[in-house]
Amino acid sequence: MKKFEKLTSTVVPLPIENIDTDQIIPARFLKATTREGFGNNLFRDWRFDAQNEPKPDFVLNNSIYTGKILVAGKNFGCGSSREHAAWAIQDYGFDAVVSSFFADIFKGNALNNGLLPVQVSDAFLHAIFESVSKDPNTAIVIDLENQTISLPVAELSENFEINAYKKACLINGYDDIDFILNQKELIEKFENERANA
Amino acid sequence: MSKTLVEKIWDAHVVKSEEGFPDILYIDTHLIHEVTSPQAFDGLRKRGLPVFRPQQTVATADHNVPTVDQHLPIREELSRFQVDMLTKNCAEFGVELYGLGHPFQGIVHVIGPELGITLPGKTMVCGDSHTSTHGAFGAIAFGIGTSQVEQVLATQCLLQQKPKTMKIEVNGTLNTGVRAKDIILYIISKISAAGGTGYFIEYAGTAIESLSMEARMTICNMSIEMGARGGLIAPDQITFDYVKGRKFAPQGEEWDKALAYWQTLYSDADAKFDRVLTFDAADIEPMITYGTNPGMGMGITQHIPATGSQPETEQFSYQKALDYMGFKDDEPLIGKPVDYVFIGSCTNSRIEDLREVAEFVYGRQKAESVEVWIVPGSKQVEKQAIEEGLDKVFEAAGFRLREPGCSACLGMNEDKIPAGKYCVSTSNRNFEGRQGPDARTLLVSPLTAAAAAITGQITDVRTLLNQPELA
Repeated sequence: MKKFEKLTSTVVPLPIENIDTDQIIPARFLKATTREGFGNNLFRDWRFDAQNEPKPDFVLNNSIYTGKILVAGKNFGCGSSREHAAWAIQDYGFDAVVSSFFADIFKGNALNNGLLPVQVSDAFLHAIFESVSKDPNTAIVIDLENQTISLPVAELSENFEINAYKKACLINGYDDIDFILNQKELIEKFENERANA
Repeated sequence: MSKTLVEKIWDAHVVKSEEGFPDILYIDTHLIHEVTSPQAFDGLRKRGLPVFRPQQTVATADHNVPTVDQHLPIREELSRFQVDMLTKNCAEFGVELYGLGHPFQGIVHVIGPELGITLPGKTMVCGDSHTSTHGAFGAIAFGIGTSQVEQVLATQCLLQQKPKTMKIEVNGTLNTGVRAKDIILYIISKISAAGGTGYFIEYAGTAIESLSMEARMTICNMSIEMGARGGLIAPDQITFDYVKGRKFAPQGEEWDKALAYWQTLYSDADAKFDRVLTFDAADIEPMITYGTNPGMGMGITQHIPATGSQPETEQFSYQKALDYMGFKDDEPLIGKPVDYVFIGSCTNSRIEDLREVAEFVYGRQKAESVEVWIVPGSKQVEKQAIEEGLDKVFEAAGFRLREPGCSACLGMNEDKIPAGKYCVSTSNRNFEGRQGPDARTLLVSPLTAAAAAITGQITDVRTLLNQPELA
């Protein structure tokens, strides 16, 4: 898994609530059997019309907004468990997603791929949207080690939560399977005890 | 110490619990399908690992399959490739596959229960968010991503934080024309599409206890639509009667032993939930959604809430949803023309759903302007429907029983709703484009869907329930 390092970047703002995984990557694009290439279809139906022409009013088609951080409204990633949503966001070039609330399964999938979900307060989210609408070159800083996110232009900073174990995984680039595989004896012991209960 | 049902099952499956780490949770049964498993098998190959417990893993093909002419090769190349890949992976790793053409094939959340694979007290996962369905049996069942599918294939375990618990009680007697689907759409409309996030929900109360197993599955199925990973119902005599005698259910002495354990599976009287909500069944009428998330639902006779009545920060998204649907503030939905009716999906494609629709349409004719798709949840449901003559009732009414699969629930296979069209659907999600690019979905119960199929418009089914036995 990719290691997550301290990130300073401009952002792509998507001030919409309840963005579900069908918007992030529609089901008809889930037919690939590898993890790569999903970025081309990220937000497919918001990005392109029925003739596959870019929709000019969608933020990913507006070259003034770029960066490695996607900032979206609350309840981001609700709906389907498709990990393809996290793959698509990462494949497109994002390293972190900021929102005031994340759906559970999406959050887990993102963490399992080294894509950092950063949950901020409603006020902080609002401040990012406001600053970016005034100046698209506004940068934010995400410091995973210290669990802080800051918006220097507004002199704002707050802490964010992350499970200590997942944080270590992200910083070191290792994943859950490596961890559980080391516990195989315990797993077999558990199975034996249950069988004899 | 007193425990909730979730805690009892969870604690019985913890392999290791260590401060600062998620629990290592043992998974009894892993269900897989063609869409979310290929990258997981690929991961095993790269790590040089086998499937750790192949006999606890069951596969089927459901998301990508066509629902007509299943005896022919799948026409769509990428879908065919993905289904073929599942067949190859299952053969290579020794996993039982109920693929196309197998008498047990069907939607993963329909076949688990009907085969007796789904049992009280189990932990079950699948790379599909509607895995919550299996909670109806008093199991901890939840959807996972593909990296976790790989974890479970490799170790039969998952690293998981113990969830918070919520109890949702629904008490009283259901009104005429109100079904399980209406109960769950009502609950979601009250607590929003994010209201259950972080929780496992236990549904309880007299209105829930009176439901059949299939109705309970409809309720638990949509737990994820309020953000909850899982939802479950304490097993009772209705559960035990349903499970007994099913293909993979315990038998003989094993049954007695299992039953004795299952009878301990309930939340202790003084168990503490993190949150408790109570609803009155009398307040629920047939429901319909009007927006683009399942929380945007209302009683079918109501008018669409005005944008101005929403919190200010949410008005933009709310208006966007109404624009997508082609609806306006304060409008009623009754009488609006319907283009498609879809009866199917892991929410409502079981034999009771088909029986209810057949009973309602018997002696009636479908509206000419409406296309109706009835898609059974499994080969077994299809077979039973035909044995009971339901297919003939559907044909006489002008619609056709298709073959099993996820079908028009998710716009992935050949069954898609065209752009701009309105589909009254018994599925679980009304997201933008869910049933096809720019398709507009209205979620309802099978009974309300059947009414729309007959009238060609959004209809309060209660106005057509003149035979008392249908009430």
